[in-house]
Amino acid sequence: MIGRLFLRDLALLMPGGKRGGSILPLLFFLAVAMLYPFAVGPDAQLLARTGGGVIWVAALLAAILPLDRLVAPDLEQGVFDQLALRGISEELALAVRMAAHWLSFAPLLLLAAIPAAALLSLDGETLRKVLLGLLAGTPGLAAIGVMIAALTAGLRGGAALSGLLLIPLAVPILIFGAGSLSRPDGAGIALAAAISLVLVAMTPFAAGAAIRAAREG
Amino acid sequence: MHGFANPKRFLEIARWLTPTLLISGLIITAAALGWGYFRVPPDRLMGETVRILFLHVPSAWLGMGGWTAIAISSLVFLVWRHPLASLAARGAAVPGLVFTVICLATGSIWGRPTWGTWWVWDGRLTSMLVLMFLYIGYIALAQAVSRDGGSSRIPAIFGLVGAVNIPIINRSVVWWQSLHQPPSITMGKSAIDNEFLIPLLIAVLGFSLLFGGVVLARMRALLAEIQTEARLRRRALGAEVA
Repeated sequence: MIGRLFLRDLALLMPGGKRGGSILPLLFFLAVAMLYPFAVGPDAQLLARTGGGVIWVAALLAAILPLDRLVAPDLEQGVFDQLALRGISEELALAVRMAAHWLSFAPLLLLAAIPAAALLSLDGETLRKVLLGLLAGTPGLAAIGVMIAALTAGLRGGAALSGLLLIPLAVPILIFGAGSLSRPDGAGIALAAAISLVLVAMTPFAAGAAIRAAREG
Repeated sequence: MHGFANPKRFLEIARWLTPTLLISGLIITAAALGWGYFRVPPDRLMGETVRILFLHVPSAWLGMGGWTAIAISSLVFLVWRHPLASLAARGAAVPGLVFTVICLATGSIWGRPTWGTWWVWDGRLTSMLVLMFLYIGYIALAQAVSRDGGSSRIPAIFGLVGAVNIPIINRSVVWWQSLHQPPSITMGKSAIDNEFLIPLLIAVLGFSLLFGGVVLARMRALLAEIQTEARLRRRALGAEVA
């Protein structure tokens, strides 16, 4: 049952799925990476020095886009009520959703980071650090995304509200993830991974409580 | 504690406690700031600029204290479902935001002459800025919830999640030391001379009383709003029956 739930969520969220919007955030991510050289000029040295951070900011902005389709349609259609009748708690359903959400955007984001790195003239070493950092940080981003999506599921606040809630919570991942670019050791990546683990552990409970609260009104 | 959960009893106490806190807070704050601005001698290193301390430090403590209050009230609301705890959390958000903004603004004004810069991306400044955005997010979420008729447990969950930031701000000057000085006042000992410390502590007391008064006033206003809505609904239903 859990496996089938996971496959259903994955099929919904993947590009080409029913809610298959996850290709659009990736295109948006590339568009932001393209905007930056337009804004500061094509100086390769400047781009190489700051480009890693730009990739992180673009990834964070791209993580805001899918939030309104992540949980709200299921809440409206009563999917969580049906699952609860089957004996699957909201916590479990949302942990599955979190895993599916990560799998639907993180690997593609890592792939998209490679052309973005070329646009920003990053060298191989920086690209390696960016990819490792994103690998450590994206589970945390996916966790915050599911948490915020569950909190705002019944509200008409839209993307502006979700973004306002997501950004302050995502700041620690950004600081440590992007901070690892200027350090020779892997401490920043390890700290980003640690924050990701905390968020992944916290999200099913916070998001599950939010869904139950939305049901009971 | 459950005795105070009764809104009627709460209103009876809050009716006299709100003006008491607000007036005594105003008098004590004015006295402490007057003392700090006119009676305390200028600092040996920082000169006259040290006087901003009496505004900066109490608002920093209350900016963090405000979110601590939100987190504790949210926990009480989620666990015991006290309706008043949810109102207390919502009441603490706006004064908490105001004190955080005062802390950032005075810190920036103080930083210009002493550090030579308005802003520096140091651990404490950054985490205070993040706290400001958390307050704004919380207030926006609470407003969206009351507008769309969502559950008041939703902002409470966000209040608890956001509390993760508080220990980070508190320890930030110890973990990442740059321009902001490490804490001068810790449990039981102080690196500040008594001449500065005593008016500072009085200012903290005055600001805290003001904070409490504003929270109580906000809670009374929210309760009155709920009562008015319930009364209007009852009247509308009664009109339909008649």
